[in-house]
Amino acid sequence: MDWLFLLIQTLNGIQYGLLLFLIASGLTLVFGIMGIINLAHGSFYMIGAYLAFSFTQMTGNLFTAILLGIPVTLVLGYGVERVFMIHLYKRDHLHQVLLTFGLILIFNELQLMIWGGDPNGVPIPDVLSGSLPISDTLSYPVYRIFLSVVCLVLAGSMALVIRHTRVGMRVRAGAANRAMAESLGVNMRSLSAIVFSVGVTLAGVAGMLAAPVETVYPGMGEQILIISFVVVVIGGIGSIKGAFVGAVAIGLVDVYGQVYLPEIASVAVYGLMAAVLLWRPSGLFGRT
Amino acid sequence: MKTKFDNISRRRTLGMLGVGVVAAATALPARFAIGGKAKVRIGTLLPYSGTYTRLGQSITNAMELAFAQAGGKLGGRAIELIKIDSEAKPPKAADLTNKLIGREKVDFIVGPVHSGVAMGMAKIAREEGTMMIVPNAGANQVTGPFCAPNIFRTSFSNWQPGHPMGKVLLDEGKKNVVLCYWAYGAGKQSAQGFKDGFVPHGGNVIKEIGIPFPKVEFQSALTEIASIKPDAVYVFFAGGGAVKFVKDWAAAGLKGKIELVGPGFLTEGVTKAQGAAAEGIRTTLHYADTLDYPANVTFRAAYRKAYGKGADVYGVQGFDAGQLIRAGLEAVGGDTGAKADMIKAMEGASIDSPRGKWTMSSAHNPVQNFYLREVKNGVNEVVKLAMENLSDPAKGCTM
Repeated sequence: MDWLFLLIQTLNGIQYGLLLFLIASGLTLVFGIMGIINLAHGSFYMIGAYLAFSFTQMTGNLFTAILLGIPVTLVLGYGVERVFMIHLYKRDHLHQVLLTFGLILIFNELQLMIWGGDPNGVPIPDVLSGSLPISDTLSYPVYRIFLSVVCLVLAGSMALVIRHTRVGMRVRAGAANRAMAESLGVNMRSLSAIVFSVGVTLAGVAGMLAAPVETVYPGMGEQILIISFVVVVIGGIGSIKGAFVGAVAIGLVDVYGQVYLPEIASVAVYGLMAAVLLWRPSGLFGRT
Repeated sequence: MKTKFDNISRRRTLGMLGVGVVAAATALPARFAIGGKAKVRIGTLLPYSGTYTRLGQSITNAMELAFAQAGGKLGGRAIELIKIDSEAKPPKAADLTNKLIGREKVDFIVGPVHSGVAMGMAKIAREEGTMMIVPNAGANQVTGPFCAPNIFRTSFSNWQPGHPMGKVLLDEGKKNVVLCYWAYGAGKQSAQGFKDGFVPHGGNVIKEIGIPFPKVEFQSALTEIASIKPDAVYVFFAGGGAVKFVKDWAAAGLKGKIELVGPGFLTEGVTKAQGAAAEGIRTTLHYADTLDYPANVTFRAAYRKAYGKGADVYGVQGFDAGQLIRAGLEAVGGDTGAKADMIKAMEGASIDSPRGKWTMSSAHNPVQNFYLREVKNGVNEVVKLAMENLSDPAKGCTM
């Protein structure tokens, strides 16, 4: 094991971690900040990927597809919030679990009806389709580096909005004590609608951006659901910084586990989660 | 847990009672009178929803095509299909199988696609003695430790498709190989099949990289492969995982530097999604769309005419399941009570399949040809016959 090999694997881990943060970002906002359990997060991710697939086929360009897809997911999120979620804020978490689980089943069936059961691929846009040679046999796809950059920008702007703007302050206030925030004049109904729609849009955009490096196929949403929750839980509920650190830690543990301890690779991530929760029961940066 | 088992055993008992009644009825002297009129009941336990929907549909369509080509009657009896959605969920296998055997009283049960479901089904079919035809699931165990006179397979064992690839590589002087596969049942059995055809003849497996199923993050494995620089890499991935691995492989710059090979599932039905990354990849499988046998040409034309789309390997396996049932029923003139004779006929059947003629091994798994294919313009073109009449070792079968 030479140093270059270790370095590349570390980069792989960080890059995978950033991708995980991107995938989990919508959940961080909805579950992490607002405290709403949204099992359908994976479905919104899947819908995003399929939208990217369809719109790319129509327009021939992924970026146009994303621009077209964002309003669709925004409207979808707003609709789901107005029709379903609005009745559940004051109820037990289990009701949210039940509802969003039902949504998974509905979205899966809709997906099969609209797009069918074949796996699909989305081509990488030409400008980003190159690779940077690292060694004589290995090169690094430019699109993955682009994804990492997008993710860093996203993480930064999310933290900025939540921590340093008036909207962010209200969101935090609402998450801490909904009734108190309302009595202080914050319109929680519209605020919740906005946050939920943005969360759904983030999940959708993650799906659109990941579509060229992932496969677009039925059930792809369930694949990312568990790992998204792991990211938020390790990081600690209510902390974007936590989710970010958590995601990168998972990426690194996953890659090192795969390379050095392949026997336990499948459980390494969950081992990390268990260890973190034993050490800090509310997550790395969670409110205690 | 306890109540659950109680429940199953009650169902089983009921099921067995049901089978008993049917057996008694068919054993009556009037069995021909009854058998001549009543329809043959064929139950399918296949995925009609979820990830494997397309496989379930292909198999069912092609099997119905085989029955239609026989004039809609087998051994003089009309056919009734009872279709049940397996959802490809192993926990549901036992209940659904019992439902088909006990309540629906089927003469044949055709399924499944998923190996986990196959285990649950085979266990019950062994006990009940119902005729079971497996049109896809490749778990070695089905025609290994679980083998039984009434269980047949018309697809392949997981051991088979990758086995001929060892010889292909050695013939080209490629001796140093890395294996990379989903480390679960099918992946491990496929890797073993490859090794059995590679290592004893001088091949060298440098490293095995197991990826937890169904993970699709391959970057660290690709980095490792690039640093080892083997002559070739043998992989087992299917469906969405196959699409992603092939694309990641090309994006990592490995395409054209190290040869990527695998069993046919790597490029079967997914080349459109893989795009240019799939070009030139070579795989071994018991079928290719482009095989020029007359049986294949007529089958593909008939399938397209009936269903308006192209047939695939799963359809071929379903078609052969239909042909096998036909061979069994015609040998006994439609008398499903004459099970021993029917089994004998099915064991001795020579199936004129779109994949080429094949026969049954003593463990009831196809003894069949395997072809080396190469992706050209998104199509798996046949390069050559890689291995003729390959039989599964059927480890653990005591039949």
